[in-house]
Amino acid sequence: MSPIPREPDVAVIGGGVVGGAIALGLARNGAKVAILDEGDTAFRASRGNFALVWVQSKGFGMPDYALWSRRSADSWHELAASLAGETGIDVAHSQPGGFMLCLSEDELDKRVDAMRRLHNSRPLTDFPYEVLDHAETKRRLPAIGKDVVGSLYSPLDGHVNSLKLFRALREATVRRGVDYRPNSPVESIVPKDGGFAITGPWGELRAGKVVLCAGLGNARLAPMVGLDAPVKPSKGQIIVTEKTEPFLHNPMVTVRQTDEGGVMIGDSQEDRGFDTVVGQPILSTMAERAVKMFPRLAGLNVVRTWSALRVMSPDGFPIYDQSDTHPGAFVVTCHSGVTLAANHALTLAPAILAGTLPESVASFTARRFHVPAHS
Amino acid sequence: MFRPIADLAARGELSFTFDGRPLTARAGDTVAAALLTNGITACRETPVSDTPRAPYCLMGVCFDCLVVIDGIGNRQGCLVPLTEGMRIETQHGRRHLTEAAE
Repeated sequence: MSPIPREPDVAVIGGGVVGGAIALGLARNGAKVAILDEGDTAFRASRGNFALVWVQSKGFGMPDYALWSRRSADSWHELAASLAGETGIDVAHSQPGGFMLCLSEDELDKRVDAMRRLHNSRPLTDFPYEVLDHAETKRRLPAIGKDVVGSLYSPLDGHVNSLKLFRALREATVRRGVDYRPNSPVESIVPKDGGFAITGPWGELRAGKVVLCAGLGNARLAPMVGLDAPVKPSKGQIIVTEKTEPFLHNPMVTVRQTDEGGVMIGDSQEDRGFDTVVGQPILSTMAERAVKMFPRLAGLNVVRTWSALRVMSPDGFPIYDQSDTHPGAFVVTCHSGVTLAANHALTLAPAILAGTLPESVASFTARRFHVPAHS
Repeated sequence: MFRPIADLAARGELSFTFDGRPLTARAGDTVAAALLTNGITACRETPVSDTPRAPYCLMGVCFDCLVVIDGIGNRQGCLVPLTEGMRIETQHGRRHLTEAAE
């Protein structure tokens, strides 16, 4: 194991799932890495998320996002296997295919229409998905209730235990000599001597490169190094039930059973860009819809509810950029840090180390927010 | 609010079963107290690691006293008053779906 670097090659700002995946990818490619993590006052979307590895319906308005999500879903098998090999932690990743259950004909029509429009765009014509009626949905998911009028299914969708992922990323990075520094909020980043001087109440750290993975904090940090990350919070609420016997192998976009048996109910906005069928749901609405989807949930006790803040860019898609004015400074920010973890570790981190972002993420520059939209 | 223990004793005994064994306990006691006073120190096994657990906090916080009561799983024994004829069973791991309303 390498000694703790006094001056790392790369400083990663933010120690959530995004920062952890980037740091792991950097360290696996030989970089000396330090992670500066804010501490318990941080919003920590990584601890509040719904843990889908989701592809279906993503990319409306930006086909490259669908391709990028699918690529990560494909690479997730490799990430999960390497995490298990390096840390002994099984993050419970599976890709059994996911359903989007609809509770009215109107809802189903809107979703089907949106999917058709999405998959009519040129690069996405071979994305597999099916539209299922009640009977076929019931055949595949016997636990559904009579109010489910139909569903959309895609074999590309999966899920994971995101808390175990978080822990495995921490474990894997520390084992690779990454210098993880908790309680290290960053106040300023100053380009200096071809690198960066990063300061906070804890002192100063010099690094050759800096990667901003600070979630909502990126909005404040990015301008310090000539980057732009106009991200804003989008609140999501989650309900989790007591652990029960496995009855739901596949993830739904708003209901999933974890590997340990608890049932999570969320108001996922993974399909942002579509009509939001449920509007601004509150917990009771979420629970009511979930019980209509799976009537047996009515008999289960809720053990916890929480909310977390998604990290949303103006169009909902990730922002990946290298600074023009201060090369060596990068920003990596998205609201699907779990889905995209495989890409971040296996594709983006090596590119950051090499100094050039790949063509596959060129669409995700924040420059898209600065030019007038054209049709 | 507070009552002398002697008053409780005067209210007599209730019969119940634990995993089929006929037992008795004082009227007015909770299910958790009834189990503990009968020397039962493991009332459930945890869902992930199958580790035995006993009632602990006795005030509704720790969830270690979970049992199956009259066929309904994951009930907090420390919050349920014992009643005559109650059928109490060990909570083995995850709650069984057949107990949940369909």
